[in-house]
Amino acid sequence: MPHWVEACDRDDVEPEDVIRFDHDGRTFAIYRAPDDRYYATEGLCTHEEAHLADGLVMDHIIECPKHNGRFDYRTGAAQGAPVCINLKTYPVKLEAGKVMIDLA
Amino acid sequence: MVIIGAGKAGARAPISLREHGWKGRITLIGEEPLAPYDRPPLSKAAMTAAEEPAPVFLLDDELLQALDVTFIANATATDIDRAEKEVVLADGRRIPYQKLLIATGARARRLALPGAERALMLRDFHESVALRAACAPGRSVAIIGGGFIGLELAASASQRGCKVTVIEAQPRILMRGVTEAVARRIAARHEAAGVVLLTGIGVERIEADAVVLSDGRRIPAEIVIAGIGAAPAVALAEASGLALDNGIACDVEMRTSDPDIYAAGDCCSFPHGLYGGRRLRLEAWRSAQDQAAVAAENMLGGHRQFTAVPWFWSDQYELNLQIAGLPSDGVSSCTRPMKDDAFIEFHLDGEGRLVGASGIGRGNAIARDIKLAEMLIAKGARPDQAALAHPDVALRGLLK
Ligand SMILES: Cc1cc2nc3c(=O)[nH]c(=O)nc-3n(C[C@H](O)[C@H](O)[C@H](O)COP(=O)(O)OP(=O)(O)OC[C@H]3O[C@@H](n4cnc5c(N)ncnc54)[C@H](O)[C@@H]3O)c2cc1C
Ligand code: FES
Repeated sequence: MPHWVEACDRDDVEPEDVIRFDHDGRTFAIYRAPDDRYYATEGLCTHEEAHLADGLVMDHIIECPKHNGRFDYRTGAAQGAPVCINLKTYPVKLEAGKVMIDLA
Repeated sequence: MVIIGAGKAGARAPISLREHGWKGRITLIGEEPLAPYDRPPLSKAAMTAAEEPAPVFLLDDELLQALDVTFIANATATDIDRAEKEVVLADGRRIPYQKLLIATGARARRLALPGAERALMLRDFHESVALRAACAPGRSVAIIGGGFIGLELAASASQRGCKVTVIEAQPRILMRGVTEAVARRIAARHEAAGVVLLTGIGVERIEADAVVLSDGRRIPAEIVIAGIGAAPAVALAEASGLALDNGIACDVEMRTSDPDIYAAGDCCSFPHGLYGGRRLRLEAWRSAQDQAAVAAENMLGGHRQFTAVPWFWSDQYELNLQIAGLPSDGVSSCTRPMKDDAFIEFHLDGEGRLVGASGIGRGNAIARDIKLAEMLIAKGARPDQAALAHPDVALRGLLK
Protein backbone atom coordinates (compact mmCIF):
# COMPACT_ATOMS: atom_id res chain seq x y z
CA MET A 1 0.00 0.00 0.00
CA PRO A 2 1.48 3.36 -0.98
CA HIS A 3 1.66 5.90 1.80
CA TRP A 4 1.86 9.34 0.21
CA VAL A 5 2.72 12.30 2.39
CA GLU A 6 2.99 15.93 1.42
CA ALA A 7 6.61 17.05 1.71
CA CYS A 8 6.53 20.66 0.52
CA ASP A 9 5.34 23.09 -2.13
CA ARG A 10 6.99 22.64 -5.48
CA ASP A 11 8.40 26.17 -5.20
CA ASP A 12 9.99 25.49 -1.82
CA VAL A 13 12.91 23.86 -3.62
CA GLU A 14 14.95 25.83 -6.10
CA PRO A 15 16.07 24.11 -9.29
CA GLU A 16 19.30 22.13 -8.69
CA ASP A 17 18.79 22.29 -4.95
CA VAL A 18 17.65 20.25 -1.98
CA ILE A 19 15.65 20.81 1.19
CA ARG A 20 15.14 18.82 4.34
CA PHE A 21 11.79 17.29 5.22
CA ASP A 22 11.13 15.79 8.63
CA HIS A 23 8.19 13.48 9.15
CA ASP A 24 7.19 11.18 11.96
CA GLY A 25 10.63 11.16 13.57
CA ARG A 26 12.38 10.52 10.28
CA THR A 27 14.29 12.89 8.05
CA PHE A 28 14.32 13.04 4.26
CA ALA A 29 15.90 15.10 1.52
CA ILE A 30 13.78 16.44 -1.35
CA TYR A 31 15.63 17.36 -4.54
CA ARG A 32 14.70 19.38 -7.58
CA ALA A 33 16.89 18.43 -10.53
CA PRO A 34 18.02 20.94 -13.17
CA ASP A 35 15.31 19.50 -15.47
CA ASP A 36 12.67 20.31 -12.82
CA ARG A 37 12.01 16.72 -11.86
CA TYR A 38 11.71 16.02 -8.13
CA TYR A 39 13.34 13.22 -6.17
CA ALA A 40 13.46 12.09 -2.55
CA THR A 41 15.99 10.12 -0.52
CA GLU A 42 16.54 9.38 3.12
CA GLY A 43 17.90 12.54 4.75
CA LEU A 44 21.09 11.34 6.41
CA CYS A 45 24.35 10.40 4.75
CA THR A 46 25.13 6.69 5.00
CA HIS A 47 28.69 7.50 6.11
CA GLU A 48 28.32 9.45 9.34
CA GLU A 49 24.76 10.70 9.32
CA ALA A 50 25.19 14.28 8.18
CA HIS A 51 22.05 16.00 6.88
CA LEU A 52 22.33 15.81 3.11
CA ALA A 53 20.07 18.84 2.72
CA ASP A 54 23.04 20.92 3.96
CA GLY A 55 25.08 19.65 1.03
CA LEU A 56 25.43 20.88 -2.52
CA VAL A 57 23.45 19.59 -5.50
CA MET A 58 25.45 19.44 -8.71
CA ASP A 59 23.41 18.18 -11.61
CA HIS A 60 22.15 14.79 -10.37
CA ILE A 61 24.66 14.47 -7.58
CA ILE A 62 24.26 15.43 -3.95
CA GLU A 63 27.55 15.99 -2.16
CA CYS A 64 27.56 15.43 1.58
CA PRO A 65 28.50 18.53 3.61
CA LYS A 66 30.74 16.59 5.96
CA HIS A 67 33.32 14.63 4.02
CA ASN A 68 32.19 15.19 0.46
CA GLY A 69 30.71 11.73 -0.09
CA ARG A 70 28.59 11.74 -3.27
CA PHE A 71 25.34 10.07 -4.26
CA ASP A 72 23.21 10.08 -7.37
CA TYR A 73 19.97 11.21 -5.77
CA ARG A 74 17.85 9.72 -8.57
CA THR A 75 18.93 6.18 -7.70
CA GLY A 76 20.59 6.66 -4.32
CA ALA A 77 23.77 5.12 -5.70
CA ALA A 78 26.90 5.92 -3.69
CA GLN A 79 29.60 7.29 -6.00
CA GLY A 80 32.68 5.98 -4.22
CA ALA A 81 34.83 6.60 -1.13
CA PRO A 82 34.14 7.67 1.53
CA VAL A 83 30.57 6.51 0.95
CA CYS A 84 29.90 2.92 -0.04
CA ILE A 85 26.32 2.32 1.15
CA ASN A 86 23.55 3.52 -1.17
CA LEU A 87 20.82 5.89 -0.05
CA LYS A 88 17.24 4.74 0.11
CA THR A 89 15.07 6.55 -2.39
CA TYR A 90 11.32 7.21 -2.35
CA PRO A 91 8.81 7.65 -5.17
CA VAL A 92 7.76 11.24 -5.75
CA LYS A 93 4.74 12.78 -7.48
CA LEU A 94 3.47 16.31 -7.94
CA GLU A 95 -0.13 17.04 -7.02
CA ALA A 96 -1.69 20.48 -7.12
CA GLY A 97 1.66 22.19 -6.70
CA LYS A 98 2.69 19.95 -3.83
CA VAL A 99 5.57 17.50 -3.75
CA MET A 100 4.31 14.16 -2.44
CA ILE A 101 6.54 11.28 -1.41
CA ASP A 102 5.60 7.66 -0.90
CA LEU A 103 6.95 6.32 2.38
CA ALA A 104 5.47 2.86 2.03
CA MET B 1 50.77 -4.01 -7.63
CA VAL B 2 52.13 -3.45 -4.14
CA ILE B 3 51.10 -0.74 -1.68
CA ILE B 4 53.14 0.13 1.41
CA GLY B 5 51.19 1.79 4.23
CA ALA B 6 47.61 0.81 5.04
CA GLY B 7 46.15 4.20 5.95
CA LYS B 8 43.80 6.53 4.10
CA ALA B 9 45.78 6.58 0.84
CA GLY B 10 46.75 2.92 1.05
CA ALA B 11 43.11 1.93 1.52
CA ARG B 12 41.91 3.94 -1.45
CA ALA B 13 44.47 2.62 -3.94
CA PRO B 14 43.14 -0.96 -4.28
CA ILE B 15 39.64 0.35 -4.88
CA SER B 16 40.88 2.59 -7.67
CA LEU B 17 43.10 -0.13 -9.15
CA ARG B 18 40.08 -2.43 -9.44
CA GLU B 19 37.86 0.38 -10.74
CA HIS B 20 40.36 0.91 -13.53
CA GLY B 21 40.34 -2.70 -14.53
CA TRP B 22 43.38 -4.19 -12.80
CA LYS B 23 42.75 -7.93 -12.50
CA GLY B 24 46.14 -9.03 -11.19
CA ARG B 25 47.53 -9.31 -7.72
CA ILE B 26 47.33 -6.49 -5.16
CA THR B 27 49.35 -6.67 -1.94
CA LEU B 28 48.80 -4.13 0.83
CA ILE B 29 51.54 -3.94 3.50
CA GLY B 30 50.74 -2.26 6.81
CA GLU B 31 52.83 -1.75 9.90
CA GLU B 32 49.81 -1.58 12.21
CA PRO B 33 47.95 -4.65 13.45
CA LEU B 34 44.62 -3.37 12.12
CA ALA B 35 43.11 -3.25 8.67
CA PRO B 36 43.02 0.34 7.34
CA TYR B 37 40.86 2.59 9.51
CA ASP B 38 39.95 6.25 9.58
CA ARG B 39 42.09 8.69 11.60
CA PRO B 40 39.93 11.84 11.88
CA PRO B 41 37.55 10.30 14.46
CA LEU B 42 40.51 9.47 16.73
CA SER B 43 40.65 12.99 18.14
CA LYS B 44 36.90 13.54 17.96
CA ALA B 45 34.16 10.89 18.28
CA ALA B 46 36.51 8.17 19.53
CA MET B 47 37.61 10.41 22.41
CA THR B 48 34.15 11.48 23.51
CA ALA B 49 32.40 8.12 22.99
CA ALA B 50 30.64 6.81 26.07
CA GLU B 51 31.83 3.26 25.43
CA GLU B 52 35.31 2.26 24.39
CA PRO B 53 35.31 3.01 20.66
CA ALA B 54 35.92 0.59 17.82
CA PRO B 55 37.99 1.59 14.80
CA VAL B 56 36.08 2.93 11.80
CA PHE B 57 37.44 0.67 9.09
CA LEU B 58 38.12 1.97 5.59
CA LEU B 59 38.61 -1.58 4.33
CA ASP B 60 37.30 -4.40 6.47
CA ASP B 61 37.90 -8.11 5.90
CA GLU B 62 34.87 -8.39 3.69
CA LEU B 63 35.95 -5.54 1.41
CA LEU B 64 39.55 -6.75 1.31
CA GLN B 65 38.23 -10.08 0.17
CA ALA B 66 35.81 -8.59 -2.36
CA LEU B 67 38.69 -6.55 -3.82
CA ASP B 68 40.93 -9.62 -3.73
CA VAL B 69 43.65 -7.79 -1.80
CA THR B 70 46.39 -9.69 0.04
CA PHE B 71 46.72 -7.70 3.24
CA ILE B 72 49.86 -8.18 5.33
CA ALA B 73 49.43 -6.63 8.78
CA ASN B 74 52.13 -6.02 11.40
CA ALA B 75 54.69 -5.69 8.62
CA THR B 76 57.15 -2.83 8.31
CA ALA B 77 58.77 -2.33 4.94
CA THR B 78 62.42 -1.50 5.60
CA ASP B 79 63.89 -1.36 2.11
CA ILE B 80 63.04 -1.40 -1.56
CA ASP B 81 65.38 -3.40 -3.75
CA ARG B 82 64.81 -1.33 -6.86
CA ALA B 83 67.13 -3.38 -9.05
CA GLU B 84 65.22 -6.59 -8.29
CA LYS B 85 61.91 -4.75 -7.85
CA GLU B 86 61.20 -6.24 -4.44
CA VAL B 87 59.98 -4.74 -1.20
CA VAL B 88 61.94 -5.98 1.82
CA LEU B 89 60.06 -6.42 5.09
CA ALA B 90 61.58 -6.20 8.56
CA ASP B 91 61.33 -9.98 8.99
CA GLY B 92 63.28 -10.53 5.76
CA ARG B 93 60.32 -11.42 3.53
CA ARG B 94 60.62 -10.07 -0.02
CA ILE B 95 57.54 -9.03 -1.98
CA PRO B 96 58.02 -8.57 -5.73
CA TYR B 97 56.31 -5.63 -7.44
CA GLN B 98 55.60 -4.43 -10.92
CA LYS B 99 54.51 -1.00 -9.73
CA LEU B 100 54.74 0.21 -6.16
CA LEU B 101 52.81 2.83 -4.19
CA ILE B 102 54.34 4.31 -1.04
CA ALA B 103 51.64 5.62 1.30
CA THR B 104 53.46 5.70 4.61
CA GLY B 105 51.77 8.85 5.88
CA ALA B 106 53.24 11.00 8.61
CA ARG B 107 54.39 10.42 12.17
CA ALA B 108 53.66 12.58 15.18
CA ARG B 109 56.66 14.73 16.08
CA ARG B 110 58.24 14.00 19.43
CA LEU B 111 59.00 16.66 21.97
CA ALA B 112 62.65 17.14 22.76
CA LEU B 113 62.80 18.32 26.35
CA PRO B 114 63.29 16.82 29.79
CA GLY B 115 60.35 14.61 30.75
CA ALA B 116 59.13 14.27 27.15
CA GLU B 117 58.65 10.52 27.64
CA ARG B 118 55.65 11.34 29.85
CA ALA B 119 53.83 13.03 26.98
CA LEU B 120 51.15 11.04 25.18
CA MET B 121 50.76 11.47 21.44
CA LEU B 122 48.10 10.72 18.88
CA ARG B 123 48.44 9.23 15.45
CA ASP B 124 47.02 5.71 15.65
CA PHE B 125 44.00 3.94 17.05
CA HIS B 126 45.72 2.44 20.09
CA GLU B 127 47.05 5.83 21.14
CA SER B 128 43.51 7.16 20.89
CA VAL B 129 42.19 4.41 23.16
CA ALA B 130 44.97 5.18 25.64
CA LEU B 131 44.23 8.91 25.51
CA ARG B 132 40.53 8.38 26.06
CA ALA B 133 41.27 6.29 29.13
CA ALA B 134 43.79 8.83 30.41
CA CYS B 135 41.43 11.77 29.99
CA ALA B 136 39.05 10.61 32.71
CA PRO B 137 36.56 13.15 34.08
CA GLY B 138 38.13 15.56 36.56
CA ARG B 139 41.73 15.00 35.49
CA SER B 140 44.03 17.91 34.75
CA VAL B 141 45.32 17.71 31.20
CA ALA B 142 48.05 19.87 29.66
CA ILE B 143 48.23 19.85 25.88
CA ILE B 144 51.44 21.10 24.33
CA GLY B 145 50.69 22.53 20.89
CA GLY B 146 47.73 24.61 19.74
CA GLY B 147 47.35 23.09 16.29
CA PHE B 148 44.43 21.04 15.01
CA ILE B 149 45.15 17.82 16.87
CA GLY B 150 45.91 19.63 20.13
CA LEU B 151 42.74 21.70 19.92
CA GLU B 152 40.48 18.83 18.88
CA LEU B 153 41.85 16.87 21.83
CA ALA B 154 41.32 19.89 24.08
CA ALA B 155 37.68 20.05 22.97
CA SER B 156 37.21 16.31 23.47
CA ALA B 157 38.96 16.23 26.85
CA SER B 158 36.99 19.19 28.15
CA GLN B 159 33.77 17.56 26.93
CA ARG B 160 34.83 14.54 28.96
CA GLY B 161 35.09 16.73 32.02
CA CYS B 162 38.84 17.28 32.20
CA LYS B 163 40.50 20.52 33.27
CA VAL B 164 42.41 21.42 30.14
CA THR B 165 45.28 23.82 29.49
CA VAL B 166 46.68 24.29 25.99
CA ILE B 167 50.22 25.65 25.71
CA GLU B 168 51.22 27.16 22.36
CA ALA B 169 54.64 28.71 21.69
CA GLN B 170 53.37 30.88 18.82
CA PRO B 171 51.62 34.19 19.55
CA ARG B 172 48.25 32.59 18.84
CA ILE B 173 46.69 29.19 18.23
CA LEU B 174 46.49 27.78 14.68
CA MET B 175 49.17 30.07 13.29
CA ARG B 176 49.69 27.81 10.32
CA GLY B 177 47.03 28.06 7.65
CA VAL B 178 44.20 29.53 9.74
CA THR B 179 43.25 33.19 9.67
CA GLU B 180 43.21 35.28 12.78
CA ALA B 181 39.44 35.78 12.77
CA VAL B 182 38.75 32.05 12.55
CA ALA B 183 41.36 31.28 15.20
CA ARG B 184 39.78 33.90 17.46
CA ARG B 185 36.36 32.27 17.12
CA ILE B 186 37.83 28.88 18.01
CA ALA B 187 39.77 30.32 20.95
CA ALA B 188 36.63 31.96 22.32
CA ARG B 189 34.74 28.68 22.13
CA HIS B 190 37.47 26.86 24.02
CA GLU B 191 37.56 29.55 26.67
CA ALA B 192 33.78 29.35 27.05
CA ALA B 193 34.23 25.64 27.74
CA GLY B 194 36.73 26.45 30.47
CA VAL B 195 39.86 25.52 28.54
CA VAL B 196 42.83 27.71 29.41
CA LEU B 197 44.80 28.80 26.34
CA LEU B 198 48.35 29.97 26.99
CA THR B 199 50.04 31.40 23.90
CA GLY B 200 53.46 32.82 23.15
CA ILE B 201 55.11 30.69 25.81
CA GLY B 202 57.41 27.71 25.58
CA VAL B 203 57.75 24.61 27.73
CA GLU B 204 60.91 24.09 29.77
CA ARG B 205 60.35 20.57 31.05
CA ILE B 206 57.72 18.07 32.07
CA GLU B 207 57.69 16.91 35.69
CA ALA B 208 55.80 14.08 37.35
CA ASP B 209 52.72 16.21 38.06
CA ALA B 210 53.20 19.40 36.08
CA VAL B 211 54.45 21.15 32.98
CA VAL B 212 57.02 23.86 33.69
CA LEU B 213 56.87 26.83 31.31
CA SER B 214 59.87 28.83 30.10
CA ASP B 215 58.96 31.68 32.49
CA GLY B 216 59.04 29.26 35.42
CA ARG B 217 55.28 28.88 35.87
CA ARG B 218 54.10 25.39 36.79
CA ILE B 219 50.93 24.08 35.16
CA PRO B 220 49.60 21.14 37.21
CA ALA B 221 48.98 18.22 34.87
CA GLU B 222 48.12 14.62 35.63
CA ILE B 223 48.11 13.97 31.90
CA VAL B 224 50.42 15.61 29.35
CA ILE B 225 49.73 15.40 25.62
CA ALA B 226 52.04 16.57 22.84
CA GLY B 227 50.37 17.73 19.63
CA ILE B 228 53.23 19.46 17.89
CA GLY B 229 52.66 18.37 14.34
CA ALA B 230 53.67 15.51 12.14
CA ALA B 231 56.63 14.76 9.91
CA PRO B 232 56.39 12.77 6.68
CA ALA B 233 57.35 9.10 7.12
CA VAL B 234 60.26 8.91 4.70
CA ALA B 235 62.68 6.47 6.34
CA LEU B 236 61.88 3.78 3.79
CA ALA B 237 62.09 6.12 0.79
CA GLU B 238 65.34 7.51 2.08
CA ALA B 239 66.83 4.05 2.60
CA SER B 240 65.89 3.17 -0.97
CA GLY B 241 67.50 6.29 -2.40
CA LEU B 242 64.35 8.02 -3.68
CA ALA B 243 64.50 11.80 -4.08
CA LEU B 244 63.11 13.70 -1.09
CA ASP B 245 61.91 17.28 -0.83
CA ASN B 246 59.71 17.93 2.20
CA GLY B 247 58.57 14.32 1.95
CA ILE B 248 58.95 11.96 -0.97
CA ALA B 249 59.34 14.12 -4.07
CA CYS B 250 56.70 13.31 -6.69
CA ASP B 251 55.84 14.81 -10.05
CA VAL B 252 52.36 16.01 -11.06
CA GLU B 253 51.35 12.41 -11.74
CA MET B 254 52.39 11.32 -8.21
CA ARG B 255 55.43 9.44 -9.56
CA THR B 256 58.62 9.43 -7.50
CA SER B 257 62.15 9.70 -8.90
CA ASP B 258 61.82 5.97 -9.77
CA PRO B 259 59.35 5.55 -12.66
CA ASP B 260 57.94 2.33 -11.18
CA ILE B 261 57.29 3.84 -7.76
CA TYR B 262 54.50 6.25 -6.87
CA ALA B 263 53.60 7.97 -3.61
CA ALA B 264 50.42 9.46 -2.17
CA GLY B 265 49.16 11.14 0.96
CA ASP B 266 50.89 12.80 3.89
CA CYS B 267 54.29 11.28 3.02
CA CYS B 268 54.84 13.10 -0.27
CA SER B 269 55.16 16.49 -1.91
CA PHE B 270 54.22 17.34 -5.50
CA PRO B 271 54.00 20.39 -7.79
CA HIS B 272 50.44 21.69 -7.71
CA GLY B 273 49.14 22.81 -11.08
CA LEU B 274 46.65 25.18 -9.56
CA TYR B 275 49.36 27.10 -7.72
CA GLY B 276 51.84 27.61 -10.54
CA GLY B 277 53.47 24.24 -10.04
CA ARG B 278 54.58 25.13 -6.54
CA ARG B 279 55.64 22.10 -4.50
CA LEU B 280 53.18 21.34 -1.73
CA ARG B 281 52.82 18.63 0.87
CA LEU B 282 49.29 18.32 2.19
CA GLU B 283 48.32 16.64 5.40
CA ALA B 284 44.68 16.17 4.71
CA TRP B 285 42.27 13.33 4.50
CA ARG B 286 40.61 14.08 1.17
CA SER B 287 43.91 14.80 -0.58
CA ALA B 288 45.30 11.47 0.62
CA GLN B 289 42.34 9.68 -0.90
CA ASP B 290 42.39 11.64 -4.16
CA GLN B 291 46.15 11.37 -4.62
CA ALA B 292 45.92 7.61 -4.18
CA ALA B 293 43.23 7.46 -6.87
CA VAL B 294 45.42 9.45 -9.26
CA ALA B 295 48.50 7.34 -8.46
CA ALA B 296 46.55 4.09 -8.97
CA GLU B 297 45.34 5.17 -12.38
CA ASN B 298 48.87 6.13 -13.40
CA MET B 299 50.31 2.87 -12.07
CA LEU B 300 48.14 1.26 -14.74
CA GLY B 301 49.60 3.47 -17.46
CA GLY B 302 47.44 6.56 -17.10
CA HIS B 303 48.66 10.15 -17.14
CA ARG B 304 46.31 11.89 -14.77
CA GLN B 305 47.54 14.86 -12.79
CA PHE B 306 46.57 15.72 -9.25
CA THR B 307 45.03 19.17 -9.44
CA ALA B 308 42.31 19.01 -6.76
CA VAL B 309 41.88 22.07 -4.57
CA PRO B 310 43.27 21.36 -1.08
CA TRP B 311 40.46 20.95 1.44
CA PHE B 312 40.52 20.34 5.15
CA TRP B 313 38.02 20.31 7.98
CA SER B 314 38.16 20.25 11.75
CA ASP B 315 35.38 19.68 14.28
CA GLN B 316 35.61 21.15 17.76
CA TYR B 317 32.54 21.14 20.01
CA GLU B 318 29.60 22.01 17.73
CA LEU B 319 31.87 24.11 15.51
CA ASN B 320 32.94 22.98 12.07
CA LEU B 321 35.83 24.65 10.32
CA GLN B 322 36.56 24.12 6.66
CA ILE B 323 39.39 25.49 4.58
CA ALA B 324 39.56 25.26 0.81
CA GLY B 325 42.58 26.30 -1.22
CA LEU B 326 45.55 28.10 0.28
CA PRO B 327 44.37 31.10 2.32
CA SER B 328 47.95 32.22 2.96
CA ASP B 329 48.38 32.88 -0.78
CA GLY B 330 45.85 35.69 -0.58
CA VAL B 331 46.91 39.33 -0.40
CA SER B 332 43.44 40.65 0.29
CA SER B 333 40.34 39.17 1.79
CA CYS B 334 36.68 39.83 2.42
CA THR B 335 34.22 38.25 4.82
CA ARG B 336 30.73 36.92 4.22
CA PRO B 337 28.70 36.96 7.42
CA MET B 338 26.21 34.11 7.62
CA LYS B 339 23.33 32.93 9.75
CA ASP B 340 23.93 31.94 13.35
CA ASP B 341 27.33 33.67 13.67
CA ALA B 342 28.93 31.63 10.93
CA PHE B 343 31.23 33.33 8.45
CA ILE B 344 33.50 32.65 5.50
CA GLU B 345 36.59 34.62 4.62
CA PHE B 346 37.59 34.69 0.97
CA HIS B 347 41.22 35.17 0.07
CA LEU B 348 42.25 36.71 -3.25
CA ASP B 349 45.66 37.04 -4.85
CA GLY B 350 47.15 40.21 -6.41
CA GLU B 351 45.23 39.62 -9.63
CA GLY B 352 41.90 39.22 -7.89
CA ARG B 353 41.83 35.46 -8.30
CA LEU B 354 40.17 33.50 -5.51
CA VAL B 355 42.87 31.30 -3.94
CA GLY B 356 41.37 30.25 -0.63
CA ALA B 357 38.33 30.28 1.62
CA SER B 358 38.15 29.74 5.37
CA GLY B 359 34.82 29.17 7.03
CA ILE B 360 33.56 28.43 10.49
CA GLY B 361 30.10 27.82 11.86
CA ARG B 362 27.93 25.40 13.78
CA GLY B 363 27.17 22.04 12.25
CA ASN B 364 27.09 22.19 8.48
CA ALA B 365 26.46 25.93 8.26
CA ILE B 366 29.33 26.77 5.95
CA ALA B 367 29.75 23.48 4.07
CA ARG B 368 27.81 24.31 0.96
CA ASP B 369 29.37 27.70 0.40
CA ILE B 370 32.86 26.36 1.04
CA LYS B 371 32.17 23.78 -1.65
CA LEU B 372 31.10 26.50 -4.06
CA ALA B 373 34.21 28.48 -3.12
CA GLU B 374 36.27 25.41 -3.90
CA MET B 375 34.68 25.23 -7.34
CA LEU B 376 35.43 28.93 -7.90
CA ILE B 377 39.05 28.36 -6.85
CA ALA B 378 39.35 25.39 -9.19
CA LYS B 379 38.13 27.55 -12.07
CA GLY B 380 40.62 30.29 -11.29
CA ALA B 381 37.66 32.67 -10.98
CA ARG B 382 38.04 36.35 -10.16
CA PRO B 383 34.78 37.03 -8.40
CA ASP B 384 33.63 40.48 -7.37
CA GLN B 385 34.59 41.07 -3.76
CA ALA B 386 31.37 42.88 -2.92
CA ALA B 387 29.40 39.89 -4.20
CA LEU B 388 31.51 37.46 -2.17
CA ALA B 389 30.96 39.48 0.97
CA HIS B 390 27.20 39.82 0.49
CA PRO B 391 25.26 37.03 2.20
CA ASP B 392 22.33 37.41 -0.18
CA VAL B 393 24.34 36.88 -3.35
CA ALA B 394 24.28 33.16 -4.16
CA LEU B 395 27.82 31.92 -4.74
CA ARG B 396 26.50 29.49 -7.30
CA GLY B 397 25.63 32.45 -9.50
CA LEU B 398 29.29 33.54 -9.51
CA LEU B 399 30.28 30.21 -11.03
CA LYS B 400 28.39 30.73 -14.24
C1 LIG C 1 43.99 12.32 15.09
C2 LIG C 1 43.92 12.79 13.68
C3 LIG C 1 42.84 13.58 13.27
C4 LIG C 1 42.75 14.04 11.95
N1 LIG C 1 41.68 14.81 11.59
C5 LIG C 1 41.59 15.27 10.32
C6 LIG C 1 40.49 16.08 9.93
O1 LIG C 1 39.60 16.40 10.72
N2 LIG C 1 40.43 16.51 8.65
C7 LIG C 1 41.39 16.19 7.72
O2 LIG C 1 41.29 16.61 6.55
N3 LIG C 1 42.45 15.41 8.07
C8 LIG C 1 42.57 14.96 9.35
N4 LIG C 1 43.64 14.18 9.71
C9 LIG C 1 44.66 13.88 8.69
C10 LIG C 1 44.35 12.64 7.90
O3 LIG C 1 43.93 11.60 8.73
C11 LIG C 1 45.58 12.26 7.13
O4 LIG C 1 45.85 13.28 6.20
C12 LIG C 1 45.46 10.93 6.40
O5 LIG C 1 45.28 9.88 7.30
C13 LIG C 1 46.70 10.69 5.56
O6 LIG C 1 46.62 9.45 4.95
P1 LIG C 1 47.93 8.64 4.56
O7 LIG C 1 47.45 7.39 3.93
O8 LIG C 1 48.85 9.53 3.81
O9 LIG C 1 48.66 8.33 5.93
P2 LIG C 1 48.16 7.50 7.20
O10 LIG C 1 46.68 7.49 7.27
O11 LIG C 1 48.94 8.04 8.33
O12 LIG C 1 48.64 6.01 6.90
C14 LIG C 1 49.98 5.64 6.79
C15 LIG C 1 50.13 4.21 7.26
O13 LIG C 1 51.38 3.70 6.83
C16 LIG C 1 51.96 2.93 7.87
N5 LIG C 1 53.40 2.87 7.63
C17 LIG C 1 54.32 3.86 7.76
N6 LIG C 1 55.55 3.42 7.43
C18 LIG C 1 55.41 2.13 7.06
C19 LIG C 1 56.33 1.13 6.61
N7 LIG C 1 57.63 1.40 6.42
N8 LIG C 1 55.85 -0.11 6.34
C20 LIG C 1 54.53 -0.41 6.49
N9 LIG C 1 53.62 0.50 6.90
C21 LIG C 1 54.06 1.75 7.19
C22 LIG C 1 51.55 3.68 9.11
O14 LIG C 1 51.65 2.85 10.24
C23 LIG C 1 50.11 4.05 8.77
O15 LIG C 1 49.22 3.03 9.13
C24 LIG C 1 43.76 13.71 11.02
C25 LIG C 1 44.85 12.93 11.43
C26 LIG C 1 44.94 12.47 12.74
C27 LIG C 1 46.12 11.64 13.15
S1 FES D 1 29.02 11.94 6.65
FE1 FES D 1 28.65 12.05 4.54
S2 FES D 1 30.56 11.68 3.66
FE2 FES D 1 30.93 11.44 5.79
